[in-house]
Amino acid sequence: MTTPPPAVQFLATDGTFAPSAGSDEYLPYIEALSDAQHEQFYRDMFVIRRFDTECTNLQRQGQMALWPPSHGQEAAQVGSARATRAQDHIFPSYREHVVAKIRGVDLMGIVGLMRGTTLGGWDVNDPKNGNFHGYTLVLGTQTLHATGYAMGVNFDGAVGTGNPDTDTAVVVYFGDGSTSEGDVNEAMVFAASYQTPTVFFLQNNQWAISVPVATQSRVPLYLRPRGFGIPSVQVDGNDVLASYAVSAKHLDDARNGLGPSYIEAMTYRIGAHTTSDDPTRYQTDEQLAHWVARDPILRFETFLKNKGASEAFFADVEQEAADFAADIRRRTLELPNPTIDNLFDHVYSEPHPLITEQKAWLANYEASFGGDK
Amino acid sequence: MAVEELPLAKAINAGLRKAMRDNDKVLLMGEDIGTLGGVFRVTEGIKAEFGDTRVLDTPLAESGIVGTAIGLALRGYRPVCEIQFDGFVYPAFNQITTQLAKLTNRGRGTLRMPVVIRIPYGAHIGAIEHHMESPEAYFAHTAGLRVVSPSTPNDAYWMIQESIESNDPVIFFEPKSRYWPKGPVELDASASPLHASRVARTGTDATLVGHGAMVTMMLQAAELAATEGVSLEVIDLRSLSPVDYTPILDSVTKTGRLVVCQEAAGFVSVGSEIAATVAERAFYSLQAPVIRVSGFDVPMPAPRIENLYLPDVDRILEAVDRSLAF
Repeated sequence: MTTPPPAVQFLATDGTFAPSAGSDEYLPYIEALSDAQHEQFYRDMFVIRRFDTECTNLQRQGQMALWPPSHGQEAAQVGSARATRAQDHIFPSYREHVVAKIRGVDLMGIVGLMRGTTLGGWDVNDPKNGNFHGYTLVLGTQTLHATGYAMGVNFDGAVGTGNPDTDTAVVVYFGDGSTSEGDVNEAMVFAASYQTPTVFFLQNNQWAISVPVATQSRVPLYLRPRGFGIPSVQVDGNDVLASYAVSAKHLDDARNGLGPSYIEAMTYRIGAHTTSDDPTRYQTDEQLAHWVARDPILRFETFLKNKGASEAFFADVEQEAADFAADIRRRTLELPNPTIDNLFDHVYSEPHPLITEQKAWLANYEASFGGDK
Repeated sequence: MAVEELPLAKAINAGLRKAMRDNDKVLLMGEDIGTLGGVFRVTEGIKAEFGDTRVLDTPLAESGIVGTAIGLALRGYRPVCEIQFDGFVYPAFNQITTQLAKLTNRGRGTLRMPVVIRIPYGAHIGAIEHHMESPEAYFAHTAGLRVVSPSTPNDAYWMIQESIESNDPVIFFEPKSRYWPKGPVELDASASPLHASRVARTGTDATLVGHGAMVTMMLQAAELAATEGVSLEVIDLRSLSPVDYTPILDSVTKTGRLVVCQEAAGFVSVGSEIAATVAERAFYSLQAPVIRVSGFDVPMPAPRIENLYLPDVDRILEAVDRSLAF
């Protein structure tokens, strides 16, 4: 096997601008970025990490059933999400909190899922939610939904017309563990056969709970889609500029009717899979230290400071993050428990006699105790 | 009124074409359904009429078929998937039960999943393993799915169209041993509701309830019983989820005796559920215990001994005798 090219990178670990060999085709996307966009990337990453901390704390205080943090993966998510256009559709896994936020979803939707007040959380058909589809907990299933959606985009003729405001790409997020699921592989078969505008965005955070990525694959995961006839690239997922530029290029290709592609963003889950996990059982201190030194937020902070970003900017971001977290905490504690309606009302979209009968029975039963239950 | 004599397979074909002409969001997907017309030829000629963006010869991957159908439904399409044989639905079971069945509920009223999954099912065709099963109970047990099975060409023609019109996912079980016999199809009659059961023959001494290919067998049993002076009422369930209990309870109130018939294994089956519900709701009308005539709780056997496994007219009449003797 020939030595694979290095992952696409624009920012070295120390935050200096140092494009990797072979990154030329992505450079125009970097050059087109404004200072304001750079600052937005930083703001996105910083605020979501504070949000993650708040939600983890809320779970520890018994206010949530579970929390899956995205700590360490912020650059992969922010770069790819900021590369999408309004008409694009996003099919997440369950850890893409900042992608949801960037697309316009009120993160209380995610909080509701994890606190345990709903199985849904937001309406993908409401334009304010940016075509951000529901979280999916059965790993890999969403890759087929995204590919089917993209087949529909093709049938509708909504790719390759040259109109940048209507040609549509579909991004699907998944992790290194999911790549072993049959559905992810079937999705690549369908995407290749129907040449769908799907961008497969793999966040390789090195762990499927406790199992290292080496158990999922003996070859770098970005090489796998090539066997399916899908072009692919590996990117430094802790470099927000690289994540942005590579995503922007492949999203453009998808919208332009060039078919599916696959991005492997190399990143690391700093900390636990969820609040139910104990990473000290499988992760060494050395591994952790290695990746903490590659923290995506610190790297970009150095880059911005070298470019002359002001102290006032960083102070402002800190204040925004603190306010955001405080607002989430307040609203989490106010979230009401669902009622009987929640149990029955949306199992079917049209009346179903068994459900109608059971709802009436439970309402009577509850009422038989008198007063509020 | 236009009436045409059609075999059940061709009635489904006609129903699919009608639905596709009425709504250009309806598309068909499955293995070998396009150029070949399906292994049972149910979709024969449809690709020639509607083209390959309405009739998709998909890759050979059942989870892929159902998973992409979900995505197409999210885009506003109304996919009709064909699973080639009953025993090949299991690779898609995860997508059907954890996604297709749940998305409407997960969406809290904001999502619709108008997906139909057609499954040729059941025995009597002398086929090898995985080609003669009756897996209805798995799907009837799953909240969020609707499950139906036509027994006649007329029902097949109308029920496939009603299933496609449903905004909920419908698992559409086609009794493959009934694909070929012809029956009258009323092409412009208004359809009866998708989830209504039907009294197929009236009688007074005992009630037989079943669905799919079993309906023909129950009618044959009733014919034979009549020659011995026993009057059997036969009810065609048509819908397995939800079950339309009114005609069943009315019948049992009249006859006092119920025999539930099915090809599927009896343990934790649709027939068991009906037996339990009738016992709960018509206890004082019953003159005898409800009896189930089912397949045995073993794997569907090799075809040379399928007749040992399958309920037949004699086993139905044996159960009727036991009920009447109680």
